[in-house]
Amino acid sequence: MELRLDQHSPIYLQIIDEFKRQIARGDLRPGDRIPSQRELAMMVQVNPNTVQRAYREMELMGITETLRGQGTFITQDPERLAAIRREMAGRALVSFVQEMRALGYGRDEMIEMVRGTWDEIVGAQAVQPRQGAPSPETAEPQRSGTEGGEPRGNGRV
Amino acid sequence: MATVVFDRVTKRFGRLRALDELSVTIREGSIVGLLGPNGSGKSTMLKLIAGLYRPDSGTVTIDGMEPSIKTKAMVAYLPEIDHLYGWMSVRQILDYVSAFYKDWDPARCQALVKFMGLNPEATVSRLSKGMRARLKIVVAMSRNAPLIILDEPLSGIDPPSRLRVLQAIVSEFREDSQTVVMSTHDVADSENLFSDVLFLKAGKVALMGEAERLREERGKSIRDLFEEVYA
Repeated sequence: MELRLDQHSPIYLQIIDEFKRQIARGDLRPGDRIPSQRELAMMVQVNPNTVQRAYREMELMGITETLRGQGTFITQDPERLAAIRREMAGRALVSFVQEMRALGYGRDEMIEMVRGTWDEIVGAQAVQPRQGAPSPETAEPQRSGTEGGEPRGNGRV
Repeated sequence: MATVVFDRVTKRFGRLRALDELSVTIREGSIVGLLGPNGSGKSTMLKLIAGLYRPDSGTVTIDGMEPSIKTKAMVAYLPEIDHLYGWMSVRQILDYVSAFYKDWDPARCQALVKFMGLNPEATVSRLSKGMRARLKIVVAMSRNAPLIILDEPLSGIDPPSRLRVLQAIVSEFREDSQTVVMSTHDVADSENLFSDVLFLKAGKVALMGEAERLREERGKSIRDLFEEVYA
């Protein structure tokens, strides 16, 4: 596990975010075992108490489950996993929209540019989801019909 | 575990006030980063805890006791200077040092020597600076001492050695039974290690607090705060 700590916000929050990011991207799968607290502390040279705090919070948030004597595992709860993915997407969107607004772009212009860039980047490649990313089906199994907006992925715009 | 309290401590060297009416409490179970430029009083503070200096005024106490033979047994002190005999081998050094301490843990020592990649048969004077720094940390961390004092353990060593030293501190630190105080001017590499930071400036406290809280409240890294305090 690699952590890119920028140190400008509390380290325990950054540890939690990194786990969320890896879950959302599919680098960590439901049921995967994560490093023990001591292992992670050593890997990233962080105070063991800080790691303990991050793990405690993740447990409370339902991101992980600790089994006595066996270790800490990523939750298998599909709703929880979907919520994490939505949260990460929401954050990316907010920062994107803010940044674009600051550059002076309006709503429709922004949407148009997203379409264009999508075609440029994704359309050029084969119509395949990125390796390792969870497919929409496994990421949000409870989704039905068009609830939640347009279907994602698969090169559709 | 050990709580260290400085109560209006002044220490002079000639006309220089190395510590000036310094009052500080070090929480037990914490890893405290003692930060500041050269001459700010870091080493003096650590030597007072280790019982190598006595204050000119004020008191230093460890669990309520002034530094003495009794508290010295509680403190594992890593000095900044090379204090290990150069003519001995790594193995001889460790055998020699272990005889002084009741709390020496041979199994832990062996694991640390291996982790550090130290050759037990190597002669200390022939070791690189980085390897000597690794050996010093093995000596300090092989004890089950409630209080560990590390004076510039990262100073002037190569990045891989630095990484090993930091990892050894993290892996051997027992948060339920130990307190670590570590001085450094290398804030960037070590700031994630600290539960608390103490910035010294001309023998006084310039800033002290929980590292995570400072990051949260100020929205800055400890390294940035360091630059702010000493600008």
